[in-house]
Amino acid sequence: MSSTAGGDPGDASDPCLSGLLEDSAEDLYENAPCGYLSTRLDGRIAKINRTLLSWLGYQAGDLVGRRYFSDLLTVGGRMYYETHLAPLLSMQGEVGGVALELRAADGTRLPVLVTSVVKTDRGGEAKLIRTTIFDARDRLSYERELLRARAEGERERERLQDLVATLQRSLLPPVLPAVPGLDAAAHYHTASPDELGGDFYDLFPLSGNRWGLFLGDVCGRGAPAAAVTSLIRYTLRTAAVYDADPATVLGTLNEALHQQYLRDDRSFCTVIFGVLAPDGDGFTLALARGGHAEPLLMRADGTAGYLSMPLGQLIGAWADGTFAARTIRLNPGDTLLLFTDGLTEARAPTSDPSGRYGDEAFRAFARELAPSTAAAAVAAIVVLLESLDEGTEDDTAVLALGVPAG
Amino acid sequence: MGDVHIGGRNNVLITGRPDGPVMMLANGFGCDQNMWRLVRPALAERFRLVLFDHVGSGQAERSAWRPERYASLDGYTDDILRICAELELRQVVFVGHSVGAMMGVLAANREPERFRQLILIGPSPRYIDEAGYRGGFSASDIDELLESLESNYLGWSAAMAPVIMGNPERPELGQELTNSFCRTDPQAARVFARTTFSSDNRSDLARVTVPTLILQCSTDVIAPAEVGQYVHAQIPGSVLITLPATGHCPQLSAPAATAEAITLFAAGQGP
Repeated sequence: MSSTAGGDPGDASDPCLSGLLEDSAEDLYENAPCGYLSTRLDGRIAKINRTLLSWLGYQAGDLVGRRYFSDLLTVGGRMYYETHLAPLLSMQGEVGGVALELRAADGTRLPVLVTSVVKTDRGGEAKLIRTTIFDARDRLSYERELLRARAEGERERERLQDLVATLQRSLLPPVLPAVPGLDAAAHYHTASPDELGGDFYDLFPLSGNRWGLFLGDVCGRGAPAAAVTSLIRYTLRTAAVYDADPATVLGTLNEALHQQYLRDDRSFCTVIFGVLAPDGDGFTLALARGGHAEPLLMRADGTAGYLSMPLGQLIGAWADGTFAARTIRLNPGDTLLLFTDGLTEARAPTSDPSGRYGDEAFRAFARELAPSTAAAAVAAIVVLLESLDEGTEDDTAVLALGVPAG
Repeated sequence: MGDVHIGGRNNVLITGRPDGPVMMLANGFGCDQNMWRLVRPALAERFRLVLFDHVGSGQAERSAWRPERYASLDGYTDDILRICAELELRQVVFVGHSVGAMMGVLAANREPERFRQLILIGPSPRYIDEAGYRGGFSASDIDELLESLESNYLGWSAAMAPVIMGNPERPELGQELTNSFCRTDPQAARVFARTTFSSDNRSDLARVTVPTLILQCSTDVIAPAEVGQYVHAQIPGSVLITLPATGHCPQLSAPAATAEAITLFAAGQGP
């Protein structure tokens, strides 16, 4: 172990180095491995070291007293300097680690990192700005790589969102079929553009001038929920062809989904299924539900309320399901709203103690709206969902069925 | 001095002389209401000051920012008029810096009855040169500025942002970050820069009916002297004063002269 007696822990005792380490302050300044620049408060160059002059290809006489720091920047850099750096220097007396590009005498550009400090006199009055400038060419290529990677990430995200939107559309009817004498409208509100939702609805023809319809909500989100949604849609449509009694259809769906549930315990859903048949100037609608929210009926007389009907079990969770249907009549001027709980469960400033928008608020909303039409009711709900905006944590599907007023 | 921090979407602060005439201070692109800190004490002696941050910068509510809303100066102007309406401000002396000055022109053209005077510091109705007009910049210069923004998110930390932006009542959370006066959400800064430097409000100048003062810096690369002359020529009856100040921010580089010019004009003893 070598002795450090004498108090100098450095290598000055090494005869090979001692000569070099006796740097003069001037040499340290002029030939430092970074650029030094002193400017007056208005930016006029007062002093500049040799290193920076050699980087830029200027003589001191070209710059000192004649040019401003911002003259050494690109035009965009100058704008940035004036709108950000000059104010910050005034306000906080220093600004550090800023990436800029200098323009050399021959027009080439030199990426640099700049740190500036305001130098005050003894009285505390600002006198000069001292700036240290580091060559940032390596740093720049590294940052470009990061920016490129970020841009790629953003592109991938866009691709994902496109894919999600396409898949989501494939799980919903592109347009609702035109049912003679019925006014139907639907809306799907996506809570997140990055993830598939698990809500679904459909309206489709059956034999004998009847129409099947359903709306529901699969547990969870993303690709697994989409796969279950797909299974549910095809099962419901097929089951309705064999026997369109809503309670039977839901029983069939429960059996099919329960098999899936045994393999993956997230495979369950809530659903409401109905069969619509023309009846005089209106329609007869047989409905059954499995764990789903009651639909809301807006009557021609301006009243609105939830249709009370047997709750039915959550679909898929149990081997045996018993479901019961209820039949109602839709008269001219009536509009029935089927919806998923993304709406009523949205966080909202409300009187509901849960902090959620709530069933009661939605009923009041519908009462305000009634009597309405399917299209007008859906349009109003779209506006409502927008106003709840960030409060909606889950997707919302709405299907409205109305009989035009005579 | 009876400061009232109203906060809200635009982080509104009311300060200054309670019975003084109302003066609204609007900063431009880059930093926040701290831009006025050096002229504030002098102005606060005579005026009731209303300061605020543009949405997307400072301590304004980040969640209120929408790219489509703030892609034109109308979005910012809407905010200014909304603040005036909510606070029931009348006879407002509007002091706007840089692009904040143009927002004042738009606001005063929409609701002239609300404003008593406009004081425009370093205004430019059009930054990009075109045939017969010199704004000082080309379209590619604007792209360079966007690059500079891209590589310098001053004091911005995506991880800290929700904390800072979501807690205007706890400003100490933001104090650890240097450069916080010019801290802007990168996405919002990009849109604001484009909006600022690509807007063309030349045709709005001639429609100004409110008495107007233009404060021009002697050397300003963002709003050159000839642009100040242009604004002066276009706004009927306007007054132009050139301040002995270099740079684009006389309220920081020459605060005494700036506050004096504002006070003289607003007190009606203008030149």
